Amino acid sequence: MMDTQAEVGRTHDETMTLRMGPAHPAMHGIIQIDLRLEGEVVVRADVEIGYLHRAFEKHCENVSYNKCFPWTDRLNYVSPLINNFGYAMAVEKLLGIEVTERCKYIRTIMSEISRITDHMTNIGTSAMELGAMSVFLYLMKAREYLWELIEAVTGARVTICYGRVGGVKADFPDGLKEQTRGALRECRSVLREIHSLLTKNRIFMDRMVNVGVISQEDAISYGITGPFLRSTGVPYDVRKAQPYMVYDRLDWDVPLGSNGENYDRYLVRMEEMEQSMRIIEQALEQMPPGPYQVDIEGKPLEPPEMVDLGKLGKTRELLGVKLDLSPNLRGMDRPHHQLVNVPDKKVVLPPKELTYGNIEGLMQHFKLVMDEHGIRPPRGEAYQAVEGGNGELGFYVVSDGTDIPYRVRCRPPCFPIMAALPRMLEGGMVADIVPTFGSVNMIGGELDR
Amino acid sequence: MAVKATVTFGNQFFTSRLEKVVGWARKYSIFQYPFVTACCGMEYMAVAAGHYDMDRFGAGLPRFSPRQSDVLFVVGTISHKIAPVLKTTYDQMCEPKWVVAFGVCTCTGGFYDDYATVMGIDTIIPVHLYIPGCPPRPETVLDGLIKLQERIQNERQELFHGS
Amino acid sequence: MAPDSLTLRKLKERFPGSVLAVHSYRGDDTAVVKGEDLVSVARFLKEDPELQYNFLMDLTAVDYLGQEPFDSPQRVVLGSAQEGIRFEVVYHFYSLPLNQRVRIKVPVPESDPTVDSVTGLWAGANWFEREVWDMFGIRFKGHPDLRRILLYDGFEGHPLQKDYPLRKRQPRIGPQV
Ligand code: SF4
Repeated sequence: MMDTQAEVGRTHDETMTLRMGPAHPAMHGIIQIDLRLEGEVVVRADVEIGYLHRAFEKHCENVSYNKCFPWTDRLNYVSPLINNFGYAMAVEKLLGIEVTERCKYIRTIMSEISRITDHMTNIGTSAMELGAMSVFLYLMKAREYLWELIEAVTGARVTICYGRVGGVKADFPDGLKEQTRGALRECRSVLREIHSLLTKNRIFMDRMVNVGVISQEDAISYGITGPFLRSTGVPYDVRKAQPYMVYDRLDWDVPLGSNGENYDRYLVRMEEMEQSMRIIEQALEQMPPGPYQVDIEGKPLEPPEMVDLGKLGKTRELLGVKLDLSPNLRGMDRPHHQLVNVPDKKVVLPPKELTYGNIEGLMQHFKLVMDEHGIRPPRGEAYQAVEGGNGELGFYVVSDGTDIPYRVRCRPPCFPIMAALPRMLEGGMVADIVPTFGSVNMIGGELDR
Repeated sequence: MAVKATVTFGNQFFTSRLEKVVGWARKYSIFQYPFVTACCGMEYMAVAAGHYDMDRFGAGLPRFSPRQSDVLFVVGTISHKIAPVLKTTYDQMCEPKWVVAFGVCTCTGGFYDDYATVMGIDTIIPVHLYIPGCPPRPETVLDGLIKLQERIQNERQELFHGS
Repeated sequence: MAPDSLTLRKLKERFPGSVLAVHSYRGDDTAVVKGEDLVSVARFLKEDPELQYNFLMDLTAVDYLGQEPFDSPQRVVLGSAQEGIRFEVVYHFYSLPLNQRVRIKVPVPESDPTVDSVTGLWAGANWFEREVWDMFGIRFKGHPDLRRILLYDGFEGHPLQKDYPLRKRQPRIGPQV
């Protein structure tokens, strides 16, 4: 480990300076900690971040509102859906619109699936760094089941770009309910396995219990939120405190720790996954039903045929016709579209039947996707917080009345946690850096943006 | 230099056979160094874990020391801040070595065309295989890996550095 | 519509001269305060027993290059800021006991982009302020260690300023594209 990863030097006062990272396997490639060591004890730790700075905020100031979504995916790439919806909700707040019921449920369900994948990845990688390779493999397997769900809904595995201002890209596909149930069953059994592998494991506990402790006051003073804060016993969860989407209609609990140590954070995350599954199950039950399968006469039309008919002005005949959409547009036809998107013509792209079949629809589509047209929120500003995988994920959007956001600010939840990291490391052993850093769930994309 | 002596006195036949064997051995014992920085790391983890299992192709063992590895997987966006680290890591690897650009960010910079991002790692180190995609699906990665193995097999095998 | 949430009312009562404007656009309570009084306003928000804004949730800035700062059509102006304002530093506070948020904004002139640091009140302000310095070039008086955080030493300029081009690269190694 000595070559690139650690530069060793000696100073006069018999403390040693050790530079850990950024190419250190436990530093996830993008963090550098300058350590002052006295033997094995960390005297001082200095955290250097920014190795993944990719100018998210600057990019958002250069494209129109809907085009920011791909960048929000890559903020927290372990739970991109939550980022999508957080940003969408901030813009919706600025526009003063409210999404449809079904959309709220879809967003809730997808956010919680994301949260589970987030926690799984975190527990898996941090356990792997402590030597528990099998835990990593099992959790990746479980995550794969959830990613299959995400792929069925959004069409992609990681960078999903599913949110839209005023709705979502497409409605759920058929049969998702059953598929989700199956996936959750699998996840539960994997989580049971993980519990039996880790929760009472002597080695794991020795490295986690009473390590990386942070007090309530410190956590609040640093602005730490999420599982990290809850492990110290503060019951702050944006979903409960300021409910958005449909969290207030569902029955779920906020797991709390008491000591603010690594082990508590592990337990909180494990329990949160269970709660997320409860949320998903209830939301799937309560969700208003999907589009009624009305029988429309005749076979579905291909898009080019519809365009031809539309050009001939036969729009009246096209009103009831179903469109034969390509697989990657599925869920965006009229019956689905109305359920998941707000009916505001200035915000949401029209259903595909209208785009292909009549001139108003085409114009509406055109107006929204062209530069200098698009969505134009009134001058103003709005801050919207959602509960991300790591804590409060806030988006602060300032509009100057044009179609391009004047400023988009993301409040990254793991930024304050990383700021507090030295506080947790100092006084501990070198070996404790790995579990403590692992429990932070540092996600470079949102930390450095 | 015993082997070299054999090679020089022997005929072409022997050299090519030996090269084949060495190539075969090299291609199925890839020790990779994952230089993971960003979102592509999520897919990298998925490929490395049980579901897609890179180990089936003899590339299952990540080494976290550049000295011990022969394929550098550059996974994720490389910013100007981390570029010198990547260069050092590459320089410290022993020959023979190959570089895989995993994800479109490493291939060309992707859609991060901005002040912070390196526009493709091939501006700083040589690249032998590009796997595009944002992130590439595991199938793409495995396909890329097989292509890399073909390349390793068909290369001239330098038995001694500089020979 | 006059905003009259408890927080804004108390702020206006307590700091009559320094609250320059208030609004509650889309339900976000906002007060624009004078830079000189920022720390006392922040301390008041944090320590007043009725308010207890104990979280500094976010700290960022906005660059209004060449424009008047705009925030809301509903803004109620109470005083006028000095001339030559370019930036606004934006603080988002959250009160756990009240379960409420408030946004405090501080106008910053271009000629002397300096704001008092609130690191004495919230430890988390340290990194946030470093980020604002890094991205906007706004200095924080009293900050213990104001250096770049996301970018590297040797980077010139502050990229989130509106006049910094998106694609102006300053590579450390490699071609100077
Ligand atoms: S290629 Fe895409 S997924 Fe991969 S690191 Fe770049 S932005 Fe992330």
